[in-house]
Amino acid sequence: MIPRSHHKVAIQGMTGKQGTFWSEQMIAYGTNVVCGINPKRAGSIHLERPIYASVKDATHDHEIDISVMFIPPMMAKNAAIDACEAGVKLLVCLTEHIPAQDVMEMHVAAKRNNVQIVGPNTAGLVTVDECFVGIMPGFNRNIFKPGNVGVISRSGSLGTLVCLILAQQGFGQSVFYGIGGDPMIGTTTKDALQILDQDEKTQSIVICGEIGGAMEEDAAQYAAGMKKNIVAFIAGRMAPPDKKMGHAGAIVASGKGDYISKCSALEAANVKIASVPSDIPALLK
Amino acid sequence: MKFEEWRAKLILKKFDITIPKGSKANTPDEAYDIASELGPCIVKVQVPTGKRGKAGGIQLASTAQLARTHTHNLLNMVIGNYKASSVLIEEQILSKKELYVAILNDSTTKSPVLLFSIHGGMDVEEVYEKHPHAMKKIVIDITKGLQHEDIKEMLSDCDIGITFNTIQDLLLKLYKVYRETDSELVEINPLVITQEDELIALDCKFVLDDSAISRHIDLAKDGVPETRTQLEERASLSDLKYIELDGNIGILANGAGLTMTTMDMIAHYGAKPANFMEIGGEAYTKATEALSIVLDNPNVKSLVVNFCGAFARTDIMVEGVINAWSTLQPNIPVFFTIHGTGEERAIKLVKEKLGITPYRLGDDAVKAAILATKEAGNDTTITP
Repeated sequence: MIPRSHHKVAIQGMTGKQGTFWSEQMIAYGTNVVCGINPKRAGSIHLERPIYASVKDATHDHEIDISVMFIPPMMAKNAAIDACEAGVKLLVCLTEHIPAQDVMEMHVAAKRNNVQIVGPNTAGLVTVDECFVGIMPGFNRNIFKPGNVGVISRSGSLGTLVCLILAQQGFGQSVFYGIGGDPMIGTTTKDALQILDQDEKTQSIVICGEIGGAMEEDAAQYAAGMKKNIVAFIAGRMAPPDKKMGHAGAIVASGKGDYISKCSALEAANVKIASVPSDIPALLK
Repeated sequence: MKFEEWRAKLILKKFDITIPKGSKANTPDEAYDIASELGPCIVKVQVPTGKRGKAGGIQLASTAQLARTHTHNLLNMVIGNYKASSVLIEEQILSKKELYVAILNDSTTKSPVLLFSIHGGMDVEEVYEKHPHAMKKIVIDITKGLQHEDIKEMLSDCDIGITFNTIQDLLLKLYKVYRETDSELVEINPLVITQEDELIALDCKFVLDDSAISRHIDLAKDGVPETRTQLEERASLSDLKYIELDGNIGILANGAGLTMTTMDMIAHYGAKPANFMEIGGEAYTKATEALSIVLDNPNVKSLVVNFCGAFARTDIMVEGVINAWSTLQPNIPVFFTIHGTGEERAIKLVKEKLGITPYRLGDDAVKAAILATKEAGNDTTITP
């Protein structure tokens, strides 16, 4: 789903330093933050919102559509399962370095409760000029301008750069969909592509991929049947094999998921490949 | 985190999976003593990588004297990126059959996957190639664990030659290993059936999930540290992600995606990056240390600083850069491009303190850095 200003948002870990800073930014931008979660501060008020011990507790007083997690890696699994069982529709997991087997348990809980997980290790989602959830500078008008390009990115920093380049060349964005740099993420490139394909406001799409895994290859299959113009940039062609390039998901093992494989799959699906990010605007025209 | 075979096997043993008698030797004399007790034995070089047999790292020894000689030859042997510092001396096992079994994290299904084949003893890639239909697979629901019904179905058309209960028992133990040690991969290849119809793990590969190390501190002490250069080691002590490369244009950027992209841009415009170094996320306050590591690589002839701040504030990162720059006073040119959170103050700082105007386009900063390197007579032009 795409976050909208009417969606009610809970923030797990709202009272922490980063949680506080980014909650303030989200509220100021127009995100409908209704409450925060922190078991140790349940019953208190933070940023004029009530704090609950769990998302489940919060649902007694609020209907919650989206939960955003500012939670340390070792506590992330239980927090995610809480949100899933509380019946949120979308869970945005910003946490990096969650143990893989915990992530698997999170995905099972999500599936069982029909919850969409974005992440782990995502920078979040920006519905431009409406609301944002996560740690993207949605509020920066040099980077995010209303328009009709949808941007999908594994990386927050690269996604920010691409949005900036688009804005500089007069292309506004409809939605920024940060899917996360982990190897086992809930919403894949293909899922995000499908979501943006169905979004009326989005007329063309930029995919910021990375080496590693097979997500771009899978997305290419779906892209082949799409009418919207798609441009892709794949980061990491200079990365040495078998080295993790910062993101746990960005690793080429036994030649699988390398730059060439991704580009040829996307090109075969009529997706235009940008060699450098600054080539993207011209390819959108 | 990878583990050598001897340590991986001790994990199996702890979970009651049978391994051959034997132990690790660090010197030829230790090998002699162990072999004297075992009788005819096998000497296996200890490096956490495959293809040891093909590299000549596995030798049979009929006497203890021969075990000593083999050990002498195998110690310090280099296979892949690893140099051996020990060997494993084990009893020789006569087998009727060799099987393959592994449990690993599968990113496609986001589940543990069990792989099983009656064609063991070769690489998994080789099994797929030679017997594509013989590799059996169970996708496991991690909240339910490995189920009897699934094992039964998987083995229904396999002629293994031992009782179902024997193999099921082994698979359940292996799943326990996987779950209780947060492994990313645990593989027994070959898993042999002995003359006495016993199952013995002849070799074992074990990889611990790096994100779960804090739950397995004692085990991790025995893990194989990643092979790192001195600078990479220094970076890892500061929790910085730094990889040394063979070019001469240094990079400091925030975020894995942006850093990789900066490397790609340098290649695209005809030069080679000297490093991967990102100070994204929580590391954005560590710019000073990060930059001093990048600059300590003597191959770096010019530097690109590419900041695109979201969570990471560019002004804080720039303060760190200026700090390192004034302390180290490097004699190389630097080219900035700065955007995002805190950019106004960051750009002002760079202008005031370093007298440098950041480029509006990252491409221009990269091109300027390459040009500067060439002018300095360090042409690194590569053919794209």
